[in-house]
Amino acid sequence: MLARVTTFAIDGLASSRIAVEVDVRRGLPAFTIVGRGDAAVRESRERVHAALLNSGFEFPQRRITVNLAPAHLRKVGPGFDLATACGVLAASGQLPLERLERWAVFGELSLGGELRHCRGALAVAEGTRRCGLEGLLVAHECAREAALVDGLSVAGVGTLRAVVAVLRGGEPPPLPRELPGPAPATADPDLDLADVRGHPDAIRALTIAAAGGHNLLLSGPPGIGKTMLARRLPSVLPALSRAEAITVTRIHSIAGLRGGGGLVESRPLRAPHHTISAPGLVGGGALPAPGEASLAHHGVLLLDELSEFSRSALEALRQPLEDGHVAIVRGQRRVVFPTSFQLVATTNPCPCGLAGSARCRCSEGDVARHARKLSGPLLDRIDLLAYMQRPRADALDSAARTSSGQIADAVAEARERQATRLAGTGLLTNAQLSPRLVREHVSLNATAAAALRQAYVTGTLSARGHERSLRVARTIADLDGSARVHAEHVREALGLRGQDGAAGADAERAA
Amino acid sequence: MNACEDCLRRTALIGRLAPHVERARRRHRHLRELLTLTDDELIVALGGERRSELKRAHETFDVRAARAEIERAGLQAICRHDERYPPRLLQAADAPAVLHVAGELQRLAALAFEEAAAVAVVGARRAGLDGLEVARGLGRGLAAAGVTVVSGMALGIDSAAHAGALEVGGPTLTVLAGGADVPYPASKRGLYRTLVRTQAAISEMPPAMAPWRWCFPARNRTIAGLASLTIVVEAAERSGSLITAELAQELGRAVGAVPGPVTAPRCAGSNALLRDGALVIRDAQDALDEALGIGVASVTATAGRRAAALEPPLRTLLREVSDGRDTVAALAATPAQAQAALAGLAELELLGFLRRGPGGRYLRLG
Repeated sequence: MLARVTTFAIDGLASSRIAVEVDVRRGLPAFTIVGRGDAAVRESRERVHAALLNSGFEFPQRRITVNLAPAHLRKVGPGFDLATACGVLAASGQLPLERLERWAVFGELSLGGELRHCRGALAVAEGTRRCGLEGLLVAHECAREAALVDGLSVAGVGTLRAVVAVLRGGEPPPLPRELPGPAPATADPDLDLADVRGHPDAIRALTIAAAGGHNLLLSGPPGIGKTMLARRLPSVLPALSRAEAITVTRIHSIAGLRGGGGLVESRPLRAPHHTISAPGLVGGGALPAPGEASLAHHGVLLLDELSEFSRSALEALRQPLEDGHVAIVRGQRRVVFPTSFQLVATTNPCPCGLAGSARCRCSEGDVARHARKLSGPLLDRIDLLAYMQRPRADALDSAARTSSGQIADAVAEARERQATRLAGTGLLTNAQLSPRLVREHVSLNATAAAALRQAYVTGTLSARGHERSLRVARTIADLDGSARVHAEHVREALGLRGQDGAAGADAERAA
Repeated sequence: MNACEDCLRRTALIGRLAPHVERARRRHRHLRELLTLTDDELIVALGGERRSELKRAHETFDVRAARAEIERAGLQAICRHDERYPPRLLQAADAPAVLHVAGELQRLAALAFEEAAAVAVVGARRAGLDGLEVARGLGRGLAAAGVTVVSGMALGIDSAAHAGALEVGGPTLTVLAGGADVPYPASKRGLYRTLVRTQAAISEMPPAMAPWRWCFPARNRTIAGLASLTIVVEAAERSGSLITAELAQELGRAVGAVPGPVTAPRCAGSNALLRDGALVIRDAQDALDEALGIGVASVTATAGRRAAALEPPLRTLLREVSDGRDTVAALAATPAQAQAALAGLAELELLGFLRRGPGGRYLRLG
């Protein structure tokens, strides 16, 4: 007898429908799985066998052939266990077929018959909905995540017996309460800018970065608080929209960063260690998996000690930064991962970190080498550079600290102004403005234009830096609620101007 | 084309003899003796087995081809018989026969005519950041007072002196060890381009020649010869800058040095010069007093006048930076103050009073 069960395989960031066909017929007892499965799929036989018997079902002593179709797709992971088990039960007459034909099942089985959590429940639920099926059966840890998809009945169950009960027409159990996940992949909501003492200029730079979506480089001596500040960027960013949150949840679920729980609510903050490889950063692997840049999608990618990262890893970030997505090609497969993140990097200004002070021990050559490590296409994409120094004593004592909440309000208003101005372009922030759109949307008054021209003429700015300063000045004007860009906006933007990758304006003038 | 045939012939000979000079130097033949020899003596002294071949080449020298090559390289040449040849340099017995000029010839005349004061600022390639800042300040202060800053565009002190002079628009003159159309070191390409565009770069070597080791001390004699005062900013014990100082002394020119920490090996040579009686140069004012006479030009007078014209808040800010509160962190305690400080510092930078230096520290200019 033949049974056909629907499940899904994770394919990049989406899911592909897989038909699990189980054929049970007379012959020498055997259990074969075909259809390009990996080791986890082959081992599935033992789990299914034991789970059926331990759940009190009969394992047919016949010739069982399982086919995972379509056969050209590689199938990876233990998510096919449940479909295989259901197929065996149906093909041996222990389970009616009618509901099984309208529902998809997805999950790993333990030997005792418990259903285990699998990566990518949200993508699977979206696939189920797309295929027009009625419902989805998953492990109860994944249920809240799968239930984010509207118009789909989701049953989160704990055991194979409960699965069978639902498929026999029983009522699906209610969704479980929120479960504690593993280590949070998103920003810690307890981090607040009010914890930072001093550094009003760096906080200002952070505010501008948040308001305009600009990438930010924090440069300063060791221990000054660069990382502490950078980790607080998500606390001033606007909340994720529902669509953004769904995307982030899908990516994090497929990467295995989420145990249970529903929607990811705060913006992700990813801070990979500087030993990370290029594939680790942008995604890769034999079966392409998202990298840190994708895990930071709609959030913040923090590169601590930028100069320590390998050249190849930083070069690989170029396309993702430029395009907001990255295409990974492996064999005949091409997978596109979204990588629209905000970059925050920290660095020492020179190898000893004390550049500019009398205690700096670095020679000009050391400093140049250090700058060269940082240079390149990455710096061209960083609009803002804030130097951090030891705060003065009265700044430390100052009672008036700005909380993240206050800044977040200002940021939200500035973002709203940008969204209104950019309506129809598909863009959301000033940082995304192309040179053409900069000309269109950034209107300077006469004194502002004069200040910028002067900066260009004196060599303070390069052509590229000119462009970046325009974008930043636009954001500062947005924070100010001003429709036109005034001279003081331009000047502040110049005070926070970044360095140039190719022919560093600063470096060249330091000659 | 203004260089005479004999001088061009000699230049071609020196170019051809370059590897021989290199070998002779290894056998400790004194470079200055060699360079004062006549053409024939040079061939005899250095030619070795190739003597007759060199002699033939020397006699059949094609001046038209040489001139065409100079023109192709975008250079101009003047020889020591030309009235525009820097007169101060002529006082040296071993002065280059021909100077190849990248940039406009008129500018060279303006940079190095007899009455124009010229000061050489030279020093270590591997210099400390404070040494670099001193060199830059010297370049700036001297150039602002109209004194030509002569140096060699080497890494470190030399380039910093040029860069400082360029900050106020020159005048500054660079003397290269290789051909005048070859930016050396290559990493200073950007500086070279600016110098050629707005100032001048000169060399005695034929176009396109890459520098041999002996070319650097040879170049140093030109630097010393052009300047009425040579200042060594940082020099280790066996440094090329000390050669420049020695050559300047032989020409009877003044030599000064910037004092460095006695514990720093990179300042050992310059400190030794001071012990031997070199002038103590602490800043551009000292250098100006020495080059032009005490009280003739003042570094601060012009800057002070300009600063007085600033609006009061900017003037206050500038004074604070001068008093050592030279970072935004030191100027501001609240975000609003930081905002004002960032904008104010940027404005002062655009007006040419400040420069954002390493680590985000603002440096007072001129």
